[in-house]
Amino acid sequence: MDRRKSRIALWLLLIPYIGLLWVPFYNFLEPRLFGFPFFYWYQLAFVPITALLTWFAYRSVRDDA
Amino acid sequence: MTPDAAAAPAVWAPQIDYSAIAVCVFFFGLVTVMGFIAARWRKPETLAHIDEWGLGGRNFGTWITWFLVGGDFYTAYTVIAVPALVYAVGAYGFFALPYTIIVYPFVFLVMPKLWQRAKDMGYVTAADVVHGKYDSRALELVVAITGVVATMPYIALQLIGMEAVIKALGLSGMSVGPIHNFPLTIAFLILALYTYSSGLRAPALIAFVKDIMIYIVVIVAVIIVPMKLGGYGAVFGAAQNDFAAAGKGGLTLGGNQVVAYATLALGSALAAFMYPHTLTGIFAANSGDTIRKNAVLLPAYTLLLGLIAMLGYMGHAAGLKLANNNDVVPALFSTLFPGWFAGFAFAAIGIGALVPAAVMSIGAANLFTRNFWKAYVNPSVTPAGEASVAKITSLVVKVGALLVILYMPTQFALDLQLLGGIWILQTLPALVFGLYTNWFRAPGLLAGWLVGFIGGTWMSWANGLKPLQALPFGGPTGTTVYIGLIALALNIVVALLVNAVTPKRAAVSA
Repeated sequence: MDRRKSRIALWLLLIPYIGLLWVPFYNFLEPRLFGFPFFYWYQLAFVPITALLTWFAYRSVRDDA
Repeated sequence: MTPDAAAAPAVWAPQIDYSAIAVCVFFFGLVTVMGFIAARWRKPETLAHIDEWGLGGRNFGTWITWFLVGGDFYTAYTVIAVPALVYAVGAYGFFALPYTIIVYPFVFLVMPKLWQRAKDMGYVTAADVVHGKYDSRALELVVAITGVVATMPYIALQLIGMEAVIKALGLSGMSVGPIHNFPLTIAFLILALYTYSSGLRAPALIAFVKDIMIYIVVIVAVIIVPMKLGGYGAVFGAAQNDFAAAGKGGLTLGGNQVVAYATLALGSALAAFMYPHTLTGIFAANSGDTIRKNAVLLPAYTLLLGLIAMLGYMGHAAGLKLANNNDVVPALFSTLFPGWFAGFAFAAIGIGALVPAAVMSIGAANLFTRNFWKAYVNPSVTPAGEASVAKITSLVVKVGALLVILYMPTQFALDLQLLGGIWILQTLPALVFGLYTNWFRAPGLLAGWLVGFIGGTWMSWANGLKPLQALPFGGPTGTTVYIGLIALALNIVVALLVNAVTPKRAAVSA
């Protein structure tokens, strides 16, 4: 059962690939945040998001061999 | 709000500032001492073993690995070239950001397995892993040669990064006798000597200094510079106006740039940890867990890179007029900051070139030693013998890169570096697929590599040594795709086909 949970956590790692490689999701200027056009803050926001998702994945496989 | 600096200044020209030079010389002296002391750091019983000299004893924990891989992957050239591209073309230059984000889930999933294989079997290089898996000297050799050939121009690029700094200090024309660019030559020879004596411990120790300096410089820059220039809104606005006036570039991607942006990011991310220098950082870790933790922690550098890229737009807001786009970062610091802080920034960039250059030369030397010297010249070489061959090779590699920069056109190194990225990506199937399946065999992978290598080189050549190829679908002008990725697709298809039709030998498993 724990095994299955860890597999699910690994699927989370697909999110950054989808979110960043499908450029039409973010190729525009508005809305801006702190002066940054959307194109920029969206991609910058994916840095902590990806780190967090990887951390979830890490926690789920940490106890594996 | 437009700053006064925009009042049509002359083209930026570096001037000698003695406080900047003094700060630079101080930090360079500091890391030189550290480079030599590193031989005693976490002292092994002997440095005369390739695991010790070339992989730091495979003993680096989470924090050392974080500094080493971070210092090694985000190079000085990145700090110069990414803002330069952003300055010149805008949004397109940001592909380095998605690239260095999506690389980490890949590292998380693949690299601990690769590390385990290398650890269990005592492998030092990618080509060792391939030889162990497929028992093919030919496949081992092409992986090793690809690694060395892709790394050489990468080292040369680090020298270009250092040259930009030396130029900003106003010292570029300095020649002594027949030696062009005396400061660069001296800096590089010192680097070569302490790498020779301390091995991977030298860049690992220096990486602490380099990375902390770069973090300080960038954090100060991204806070202070927008304050001086009227905030981020004004920075983006100034860049947008300049792009509109030039009729080239923009804050978002043009229609034909969208697919190019995504495929460059993906292709670069897949290629990044196929290079000998990044793999050396991985193999030097003390456990798979250390690598997984680093996949979580290394994105901190990516945030830094995103902010560094922003310096390109700040160049517009500061109204810089540049003869060469690569001057944008040095010009920004010397225009907006006092000499001593500019000197600190230049030292950070210059030292930022030393760490990757050292690890790259070690990675290339390990390949030569393990997959050429041991394979063909002296199969019974001892680990101590391997260490001495690798040490001498690292010297040869660095001197070679220095000669290329001093005596060949810069464009030569840039073109080779571009091709190197396409080439190294073609080693991915041979290196990675075998971690997950025993189905592939050497002939298929070798055929795939050959088609990918030649196909990729030919496409790039036919496009005037550019990384992009227009494919005939998705609109009247076609779709522009990163050539490395097209070549990888061809590579995999050929490997699958050849593998399916060649007869199975008695399976040789590692």
